[in-house]
Amino acid sequence: MIVDPDVVGLSRLQFALTALYHFLFVPLTLGLAFMLAIMESVYVMTRREVWKRMTQFWGVLFGINFAMGVATGVTMEFQFGTNWAYYSHYVGDIFGAPLAIEGMMAFFLEGTLVGLFFFGWDRISPLKHMLVTWFLALATSLSALWILIANAWMQNPVGAAFNPQTMRMEVTSFKEVIFNPVAQSKFVHTVSAGYTMGAMFVLSISAWYLLRGRNVDFAKRSMTVAASFGLAASLSVVVLGDESGYTVSENQKMKMAAIEAMWETEPAPASFTLFGIPDTKARETHAAIRVPWVMGLIGTRSIDQPIPGIAALVDDAKIRIADGIKAYDAMLVLRENKGDEQAKAILAAHDKDMGYALLLKRFMDDPRKATPADIQKAADSTIPNVPVLFWSFRIMVACGMYFIFLFAYAFWRSTQRRLDGRGFLKVALWSLPLPWVAAELGWIVAEYGRQPWAIEGVLPTALGASSLTAGQVWISLGGFVLFYTALAFVDGYLMLKFARKGPDGLGMWPKRPDAIPVTAQTV
Amino acid sequence: MFDYETLRVIWWALIGILLIGFAIMDGFDFGVAALLRILGRDEHERIVLLETIEPTWEGNQVWFILGGGAVFAAWPLLYAASFSGLYVAMFVLLVAFIIRPVGFNFREKVDDPRWRAVWDTCLIASGVIVMLVCGVAFGNLFLGLPFHYDGDLRMTWDGSFFQLFRPFALLSGLVSLSMLLAHGASWAAMKADHVIAERAAKVSRMASAVYIVLFVLAGIWLAYGIPGYAVSGPVVTDAMSNPMNKQVAVGGTWFASYLMHPYFWAGPVVAFIGALGLQLFVGKRGFKGFFCSCLAVAGTILSAGFALFPFLMPSAADPTSSLTVWDASSSRGTLLIMLGVTVVFIPLILLYTGWVYRVMRGRVTLEHVRKSHSMY
Repeated sequence: MIVDPDVVGLSRLQFALTALYHFLFVPLTLGLAFMLAIMESVYVMTRREVWKRMTQFWGVLFGINFAMGVATGVTMEFQFGTNWAYYSHYVGDIFGAPLAIEGMMAFFLEGTLVGLFFFGWDRISPLKHMLVTWFLALATSLSALWILIANAWMQNPVGAAFNPQTMRMEVTSFKEVIFNPVAQSKFVHTVSAGYTMGAMFVLSISAWYLLRGRNVDFAKRSMTVAASFGLAASLSVVVLGDESGYTVSENQKMKMAAIEAMWETEPAPASFTLFGIPDTKARETHAAIRVPWVMGLIGTRSIDQPIPGIAALVDDAKIRIADGIKAYDAMLVLRENKGDEQAKAILAAHDKDMGYALLLKRFMDDPRKATPADIQKAADSTIPNVPVLFWSFRIMVACGMYFIFLFAYAFWRSTQRRLDGRGFLKVALWSLPLPWVAAELGWIVAEYGRQPWAIEGVLPTALGASSLTAGQVWISLGGFVLFYTALAFVDGYLMLKFARKGPDGLGMWPKRPDAIPVTAQTV
Repeated sequence: MFDYETLRVIWWALIGILLIGFAIMDGFDFGVAALLRILGRDEHERIVLLETIEPTWEGNQVWFILGGGAVFAAWPLLYAASFSGLYVAMFVLLVAFIIRPVGFNFREKVDDPRWRAVWDTCLIASGVIVMLVCGVAFGNLFLGLPFHYDGDLRMTWDGSFFQLFRPFALLSGLVSLSMLLAHGASWAAMKADHVIAERAAKVSRMASAVYIVLFVLAGIWLAYGIPGYAVSGPVVTDAMSNPMNKQVAVGGTWFASYLMHPYFWAGPVVAFIGALGLQLFVGKRGFKGFFCSCLAVAGTILSAGFALFPFLMPSAADPTSSLTVWDASSSRGTLLIMLGVTVVFIPLILLYTGWVYRVMRGRVTLEHVRKSHSMY
C-alpha cells in the first residue's frame, strides 16, 4: 500500500522542525557542561570565590537551557514511533538498541546528577561537587555518542541483514554498528561543535559585560576560559569535519556529489567549487569558481581516484533498482515458502539492492510491475536538493573557519591580557548566533542530504511513515509550532533577563570592587 | 545459555520492572505536582513541596525515557504499533512531558504570582494528564485495540482518539490517578515540613481508600464483563517475530493466566497489602508509609501485566494481529546484547540514584525555604 504523500511530507516537516529546534539547546548543554566543569576545577584547585561564582552563574543559564533540551528531547524519542512506525518496525531491531543504551549509560547519569549540581552545593564537599559536574559533562557527551551511533547507522547501515520472515532488518554484528566509522567521525565533529557553541556563548556574554564595564574580573576570567576552550574546540570541529567529509564520500557518494553540485564525474583529482549557482533543471553549475585538486584530496585522500558525479550515480541507481526488483520478488516467494532454495539464492545475491526496489513503492504498489520509465523516475528521485546542500555546506564551513580565527585572536589577546578593545568585544558579542547557524546547517546537510532515504540504501523515507491521516499530523504539527514558539519566547526572555542581570544583579558578585570579600580579593 | 523463549520472558519482566520503576519514581513526582495547590496553601509551602522533588525529578523521569527506549529496542513492534496507533493520545502525553521540565525550572525565575500560577498550572496539568493517560491506555489494552497488519507487517489503525474513552478504560484511568495521588501524598508526608506532611497524610489516606474501591471494582469488571484473549492452537514460543503466524481466540477470561500460574496472585495481594499498610502508616512512620505506597503501585502494575500475559497489545479489530511476548520481540541477538547492557547498568543506576537520595535526605522545612532557596 502506498503511504499518503501528505502524511509523509507533514511528518518529515514535523521531524525536521522538532529536531532542529531540539538542537538549538543540545550543543549548548554539551559545551557549557564542560566549561562549568573546568571553572569549578579551578575553584577547587585555588579555592578562589570568583571561580565558584562563575560556575554558579553560568550554571543558571545552563539550567534554563538544560530544561529546554530535556523538554524537546522526549519528542524525538516519541516521534520514531508516532510518525515513523514502519521505520521503527523495519529497523527497530538495530536502531532501538543505541537509544536504549543511551538512556541507561548516559542520560540516567545526566538526569540524576543535574539536580545535585544545583542543590548539592552545601550538601557535599567541593571536591565531590566538582566530580558531579565532571560526570555530568561526560554524561552529556556520552549521550551524544549513542545518539550519533544510531544516526550514523541511518547513514551507513552496517552489521545488519534483511529477514523475509519478520519483514525487517536484523542485527548480524552489533560490533560493526557500534564501531561504525561514520559514528566516530560524526561524534567528534558534533560534540566539538557543541563545545564551540558553549565557548562562543560565554565569550559573547562576557564581552557584553566588558563593553558595559560590569563584572570585569568575572568576565575576563570567563573569556579566557572560553577563548582557550573555544580554540581547541573549533580546530577540532573543522579538522574532524574533514574526517566526516571523507567518510561521507566513502559511503554516501550521492550526498557528496550533491554538496559539491558535481553533476558529471570529473577526472581525478576533482576540483572544489568555491562558489556557484547550481541549476537543478539543466544539471549544471553556473558562474562556478573552482579550486583545482582540493575536492579530490578531501574526498579520496588521493590524486588518482575519481569522485563520481550525479549523472553516473543515477545510472548506478538504475542498475541497483533492477537488481532490487529481483530481490523483492524472491522475498515475496520466501514469505510464502520459507524453504525455496532458488529464492534464497537470489535474495542473498541481491539483498543489498532491495531498498532500491522499495524506492518504486512511492509510485506503485508492486515494484515488480515497474516499467523502464518508472525505474528512471525512481533513480532520479535519489538526487537530493542540490542547491540547499551546496549552500548549507559552504556557509557551515565558512562559519567554522571564522570560529578558528576568532578564538585564536581572542586567545592571543587573553595571553597579552588585552581583553578590552571595544572593536574586538563588539565582534565577539555579535558573533553569538553563528554557532547556531553552523550547527543547524550541519544537520541540514547530513539529513536533508540523506534523502530520499531514511536508512541509506535500505529504506526510503516515504515508506517509513506511519499509517496516519494528514489531519492527525496537522494537529500535532500545529501543536508543536504553537508550544515551541511560546517556549522559544519564554526561553529567550529568561536567557536575556539573567544574562542582563549578570552575577552582580543576582547578588553573586559585588557591584563595587571595594566590596569584594577578602577570600575573593586575592584573585 | 539463554534460548529465545527465556530471553523473551526476561525482557517481558524487564519492561515490567522499568514500568514499575517509572510509576514508583516518577509517580510521586507527578502526584506531588498534581497536589501542588491542594497541599501547598501559600508560596512558601509550595516551594517546600517542590524542593522535595526538584533535586531528583529529572533522574526519575529517565525511567520513562528509558522505558520508551527499551520497548523500542526489545519490542519494536509494540513500540511502533502503540505509539503510532495512539497518535493523538501520545501527543497529549508528550505535551505533558514538554511543559514539565520548563515548569520546574522556570517557575521561580520571575518574582510574580501570575507567572508562577502559569507554571503551577503546567505542573499540575502535566501530573494529572500523565496519570490519567497511562491508566486509560492500560485499560484499553484489556478491551483490545483497533489495529491490523498487512503482509508487509505495516500496521493500520481503524479507530479514533475519542474511541479510547471507553467506560472500563476510564475506570482504569481513575485507578491510576487515585493510586499515584496517594503515592505522591505519601512522599510529601515523608519529606515535607510537618505542617504540610499532616495534610498530605490525610490526602494520601483518602486517595488510597478510593484506590482500593476502584481497584476491586476494576477486578470484578474484568472478571465478569470483559472477554479475555488467548492464543489458540499451538503456541510457538521461539519462532521469529511475526504476529500473523498464530490464531487468537476471544471470549475466555483475562483471569485464565491466574488460574494457570497461581503465583500470579502475588500481584493483587501485594497491591492490597501496600494500600492497607499505607492507611496504617502514612504520616506516623515516614518511610514505612511511603514504602507501602510503593508496594501498592508495584502490585497494581504486576496485576495488570500478569493478567495480560502473554499478550502485550491485543487487537480487537483482528485478534490474529495481537502482539504477544512470543511474536513482537527483537531478534535473539538484540535481546541478548541488551540484556548484557542492562545487567551492568541497572545496578549502577540504582547505586548512584541511591547516593543522590542519601545526599538529599531529610525533610525540607519551611524555615529552610524562608531562609534560602537554591538557584535552580
